[in-house]
Amino acid sequence: MWEARATVAVNNKIVLSPYARALGIEVADFEDRIPVMKVSFGGSVEGRPQYFHGGATSGLLETAAYTALRLRLDEEGRHPVFKPINITVQFLSGGRSEPAFAKARITRLGARNANVSVEAWQSDRDRPIASAVMNILLVEESDQRD
Amino acid sequence: MIKHDSSFQPREICDLVCRVGHSSWLGIQYYNHGDDWVELELPWREDLLGDEDRHVMATGPIISLLDMASGMAIWTKRQAFMPVATLDLRVDYQRPSGDRMPVRARVECYRDTRSAAFVRGMAYDRDIDDPVATMAGVFMNVGSAGNSGRK
Repeated sequence: MWEARATVAVNNKIVLSPYARALGIEVADFEDRIPVMKVSFGGSVEGRPQYFHGGATSGLLETAAYTALRLRLDEEGRHPVFKPINITVQFLSGGRSEPAFAKARITRLGARNANVSVEAWQSDRDRPIASAVMNILLVEESDQRD
Repeated sequence: MIKHDSSFQPREICDLVCRVGHSSWLGIQYYNHGDDWVELELPWREDLLGDEDRHVMATGPIISLLDMASGMAIWTKRQAFMPVATLDLRVDYQRPSGDRMPVRARVECYRDTRSAAFVRGMAYDRDIDDPVATMAGVFMNVGSAGNSGRK
């Protein structure tokens, strides 16, 4: 039931950014209440011929992190604004011309910031194409400065 | 001050690689270059927002822009177009980019070895001294072309 609710939330565009929607990122599945995000291969994500552009892969990783974090915070009744602090992406293998998936793990969720690690893979999940670690600042409406 | 080999023109390379695939989808354009650096521009686009309520550009396109400028900076330093693959890229976001402002990325290839190239750079909107983001990355040469003619 939770998964159905979350899918409705995602499909109502509550979670995905305009950028993520434009790139064609969608929710493929839920595992342990964490969304598995997917992007199909096509011109909008292609770098060198027949391979994913590193920037598009990074966009998928970031979107998986933001979506997982937003859903977790919603569950906790928190609605902070996200301010990304940084991302470190490791490119492990060239993303080939087939769908790519990504799922986040919220390593730490504090009052002011979150640390999230994300992994992206294609047909073989044991052979990730990229991974990332992100730090995201969580700014509650009440303590926004700008 | 800046001497360029007429056989290698970053603007022309950008016309080739920025007009296809993901870079073309984003609308990335050539802006400027030096001996070992390249500056590219990402025009403002309403559908690339990361946060609709705050009208802030998503960070994904900024990573793409920095990644693209990194590859271009490496080729410019080498005066040759060779396939490279991003190994590691770190981006620190200092602040959101300005509303309806194009974002530029200037990336320098500060060290080039037989197997890897090291880059650093920044993204900015109005003033390069007030960056939106800073980055550091490492790129690997890929394929046989990566080693041909290298010292």
